Amino acid sequence: MSDEDKTTGPDQADGKTPATTDEEVRAVGARTGMFGVRGSGDTSGYGGLVAPIVYPGAAQRPFGGWFDEVADALETVTSLGRVVVHRGEITFHVRREDLLATARHLRDDPRLRFELLTGVSGVHYPDDAGAELHAVYHLLSMTHNRRIRLEVGVPDADPHLPSVVAVYPTADWHERETWDMFGIVFDGHPALTRILMPDDWPGHPQRKDYPLGGIPVEYKGGTIPPPDQRRSYN
Amino acid sequence: MATTDNNDVYAGTNETTEGKVFTVTGRDWDEIVEGLSGVEGVEERVVVNMGPQHPSTHGVLRLILEIEGETVTEARCGIGYLHTGIEKNMEFRSWVQGTTFVTRMDYLSPFFNEATYCLGVERLLDIEDQIPEKASVMRVLLMELNRISSHLVCIATGGMEIGALTVMTIGFRERELVLDLFELITGLRMNHAFIRPGGVAQDLPVGALDEIRGFVALMKKRLPEYAALCNANPIFKARLEGVGHLELDGCLALGLTGPPLRATGYPWDLRKSEPYCGYETYDFDVQTWDTCDAYGRFRVRLNEMWESLKIVEQAAERLAALEGAPVMVADKKIAWPSQLAIGSDGMGNSLDHIRHIMGESMEALIHHFKLVTEGFRVPPGQAYVPIESPRGELGAHVVSDGGTRPFRTHFRDPSFTNLQATSVMSEGGQVADVIVAIASIDPVMGGVDR
Repeated sequence: MSDEDKTTGPDQADGKTPATTDEEVRAVGARTGMFGVRGSGDTSGYGGLVAPIVYPGAAQRPFGGWFDEVADALETVTSLGRVVVHRGEITFHVRREDLLATARHLRDDPRLRFELLTGVSGVHYPDDAGAELHAVYHLLSMTHNRRIRLEVGVPDADPHLPSVVAVYPTADWHERETWDMFGIVFDGHPALTRILMPDDWPGHPQRKDYPLGGIPVEYKGGTIPPPDQRRSYN
Repeated sequence: MATTDNNDVYAGTNETTEGKVFTVTGRDWDEIVEGLSGVEGVEERVVVNMGPQHPSTHGVLRLILEIEGETVTEARCGIGYLHTGIEKNMEFRSWVQGTTFVTRMDYLSPFFNEATYCLGVERLLDIEDQIPEKASVMRVLLMELNRISSHLVCIATGGMEIGALTVMTIGFRERELVLDLFELITGLRMNHAFIRPGGVAQDLPVGALDEIRGFVALMKKRLPEYAALCNANPIFKARLEGVGHLELDGCLALGLTGPPLRATGYPWDLRKSEPYCGYETYDFDVQTWDTCDAYGRFRVRLNEMWESLKIVEQAAERLAALEGAPVMVADKKIAWPSQLAIGSDGMGNSLDHIRHIMGESMEALIHHFKLVTEGFRVPPGQAYVPIESPRGELGAHVVSDGGTRPFRTHFRDPSFTNLQATSVMSEGGQVADVIVAIASIDPVMGGVDR
């Protein structure tokens, strides 16, 4: 499996610079109004509220504890992207062309020794322009008893990631599930097929834009809208 | 895949990219082979579908076995038959309602699902230090009781699948005792939704500690029966020893945790390595075995039940000293506003609480309404707090966007990951050993498919 030749994707320019700015604020999307009122007269005045959704920003060195040791060891193979330290967990944001080399290094470097990949989890951030689909890898080093998280974002228009199955065979089913649920294509996977949904299923159900459908109820012409279109707290 | 010839009811054929494929559903094998003797290009390559409705597949697991005589040359798993979209459903319910969903994933270890989810939510809320001691002790108590009941089902069904029916009957007999305790403490035998973000739903009922002590005393008499029945039983050993062999490096490469990992002799247990809920304060040992096979996994589970009994005893002791202590975080913006009580029509809000919100305090009513309908907000971010479930590392990747509902929750279920070892454990062995190998992984399809 060769490293991916997708180094010139349109997503490489924005938001992927190393964490040099101080106190970066990472706002992804915004929450508007209250009580989920949409399209009706809102007399409360709260409907005009706009609150940005701010995720934990990039951390600056020193990260604290063993986090710096891991970061140092990682920096020998790749330039560190955004590093987030939040609630005692460290997340390394990796560019997708670096993912495979980073994973191999994490497993093999005696200073790192992350022997176990505990899974791949997809997350769909529709408002994170240029990196709507995230693949999140949780790694465990049994030698050092440490846990880190790798996160890679890919644009919805070009949802390709290198597969890490060659490094961590356990990723096989996890990547298939992430493909099944989010439509992220893991290049180099031995058999990237659906795993939970039927083979001929259209779409990827865990995406936020997946249509949910409603339940038609025959009562005076009333219908129940799909869950994502019902009035709800936001 | 052009044509289908279904004239033969027992052996219809398909033209596929692999050549002509016969789908055999009945009749004598020799007759079928004889009937094909004139057809050119026939090679005997038998692919057997086992499941998804086979009694030995632990629920709806489909095995695709390529066999030569009785030897399995290739084994694949087909999963997804029990996929219920729980992770997606949770995104449209409040954080507290999430426990009601996750408890249904791996239905043999509901408390573990609830615990890892709640620990993740609590980490995002930054209230890990504020969880009352009694809530943590009750979580430990319930999880260890649950570990016993889960291991009992594993041993019971595993015994049944190799024909040891007595192991099944006594396994379910003891499991029933644990379920009775669950019913007494949580009101339900399964699908409890008892562990909630911030603590647990209710205090221990009166008399529960006596029941627990009685159970521990009884189990100490009953557990040796399993050892006497199985440990040195020549048939049992002949079926299990050397079957489903997987060494430490294989386990790590394929991500196996739990009893299969500990049966390689590696004492890896998250209760010791990354203690949660105060496990570091309990006295227990990590059980290992060094045979890397199905027999070793059986012995690990059997010994772990003893360790769980030790922890249950210690937890019960602590609970006796914690009578009347709070079981829910003090922050009223997170804690469920009412205590539940048993009424004439079952369990519901306590009458005292209803009297308070309906008759005494408008603010209390508003607070109750907001917290129950809207729920609380969880700060944006992500958390992953793995715990040691009976099957291995169970973890919930909880992502919040600051709303009142989970933005995304993904369960790293040990059954899902461990089941990947089916091929390596059963290829080259006998068909009958496939059953033993899978039983030794102890997959629960509710957890695999979610």
